[in-house]
Amino acid sequence: MDIDHNIAVVVAKSFGLFYLIALSIGVLVYVYWPSNGKRFDDAAKNVIHDEDAPWH
Amino acid sequence: MVSQLTRNERQLALVILSALALCGLAMAAIGRDDLIGGHGAFILLASLGMGFVVTSGYYHAEPSDERLAHYYDDPSKVGIVLAMIWVVFGLFIGDWVAWLLVYPEMTFDGGWASFGRLRPIHTTAVIFGFGGNALIATSFHVLQRTSRARLPDQLSPWFVLLGYNLFCLLAVTGYSMGLTQSKEYAEPEWYADIWLVIVWVTYFVLYLRTLARRKEPHIYVANWYYMAFILVVAVLHIVNNLAVPVSIAHAKSYSLFSGVQDAMTQWWYGHNAVAFFLTAGFLGMMYYYLPKKAGRPIFSYRMSIISFWGITFMYMWAGSHHLHYTALPQWVQTLGVTFSVMLLVPSWASAGNALLTLNGAWHKVRDDATLRFMMVAAIFYGLSTFEGSFMAIRPVNALSHYTDWTVGHVHAGALGWVALITFGSFYSVVPWLWKRERMYSAKLVELHFWLALAGTIIYVFAMWNSGIIQGLMWRTYNDSGTLAYSFVDSLIAMRPYYIARAIGGLLFLIGAAVGFYNIWMTARGALEESPTNADRPAAVPVAARTIEAGE
Repeated sequence: MDIDHNIAVVVAKSFGLFYLIALSIGVLVYVYWPSNGKRFDDAAKNVIHDEDAPWH
Repeated sequence: MVSQLTRNERQLALVILSALALCGLAMAAIGRDDLIGGHGAFILLASLGMGFVVTSGYYHAEPSDERLAHYYDDPSKVGIVLAMIWVVFGLFIGDWVAWLLVYPEMTFDGGWASFGRLRPIHTTAVIFGFGGNALIATSFHVLQRTSRARLPDQLSPWFVLLGYNLFCLLAVTGYSMGLTQSKEYAEPEWYADIWLVIVWVTYFVLYLRTLARRKEPHIYVANWYYMAFILVVAVLHIVNNLAVPVSIAHAKSYSLFSGVQDAMTQWWYGHNAVAFFLTAGFLGMMYYYLPKKAGRPIFSYRMSIISFWGITFMYMWAGSHHLHYTALPQWVQTLGVTFSVMLLVPSWASAGNALLTLNGAWHKVRDDATLRFMMVAAIFYGLSTFEGSFMAIRPVNALSHYTDWTVGHVHAGALGWVALITFGSFYSVVPWLWKRERMYSAKLVELHFWLALAGTIIYVFAMWNSGIIQGLMWRTYNDSGTLAYSFVDSLIAMRPYYIARAIGGLLFLIGAAVGFYNIWMTARGALEESPTNADRPAAVPVAARTIEAGE
């Protein structure tokens, strides 16, 4: 199949827009999903602690 | 180093080195009438040399299983030292070409000393030699700590690190001989590119293998950034370097793309090299070392995730802003402008996140030059991403493009953001890795900080002035409707700024050399002066104590 300039324009101006909007919504839902909050807080705090050796 | 490898790993290392030596021999033999033959001989010698190292340690006792109770940090240590060697070399060449613009006759009548060959040596040495080694070294460190897991084996980190440095050496030696495929930041020819693909895929697989062994269920955000860096650089490198060699015995190759497609592919690569090599990986560094050194969790973990996806998906579309007013369709240029402007949101979210993390720890920033390196890096990150979005707007670009403003912008990012966050991270991690109480000399860290900051500011201000004057001179018309200034007129007007820039670069270079010395001395275990704020009783002379004990 030939992908010519016109097809590229149509895809960019239609699908491209909605795909990025969907992606943004997906990321925001994941980030603000209430049950993820504690996991994020723990992740941020855990790296501060000293770790001398791998866990077994 | 060899004694840390298991017997199987030593055998595998010899197999890899033999294969590499055979490739080098074949290149040297088939390509003896071409420059590729010299590189073949170089690969042959390098693999024989490494083979000698492995063979001489082959019968050392195998490492005990006790090693599995520790992280594997030796590749990180070597990577940091290599990064510091590359940065001193790369900045030296950079300052050389800066003086070459002041004194253009300084080429010794040799092709190797011309601007066109030295300039890619500078960019490759600082971006790939320094930046790449710094990213590999710190990524191994961060990956193991945040996963609470040791690297899965001892051989692949060395393969990645040393194989990558072989690529960098092939690149810079090639340029000095005149080998280039003329793609900016992707100059190395096809055989070096193929080698980098092998090394890079090994790097990505090593990263995934370690993550698969992680004991901490959540993957910390720094690892997301490092992985985006590794994965996207692989994609960019492979696509942009698709080319057909004129023959297997020649270094020269022709790109698969031509005309405006070639330009678009190159700048899709070029801008994403800035995004994923010079930004994503270094954000990974920032999101680990800055909270760790400040002793405070990142201000908003949520914001760091939003910035991550923002950066990852928006940068991909921004490359066309390098091709304004060209044969590239207008709507593709506009797409590039739009995404470049939107990028301000995730960029400032990261810069703000870093500064807000330090909010409440400003006394530490004041007292500790290491943390100050990272704070100033975050400020420069915010400044240069704002500047970048601004310059991507078409009418602004009409003034800035092809002028020194672009050079100033790149160096605000490369010196102010990339190099400063790296030095801050190195000064944090070096005492931890070598199990030292602190750096050899806190005063030298302080000195380095001020040299680096002064050098960056002088450089960037010189290029802003130079670039805007250049841009204005090129678009000034006289009453009869012709250009008021010739190109040579604009060159003469640039000269004072070129001198200032070379001095700024020299300060930055001296700072890096001081940093290298300090890191080297710390690694050797020396401590210069006792901490000024030592909270401990004054030392009692040994002689006095013995007399007391005798009584």
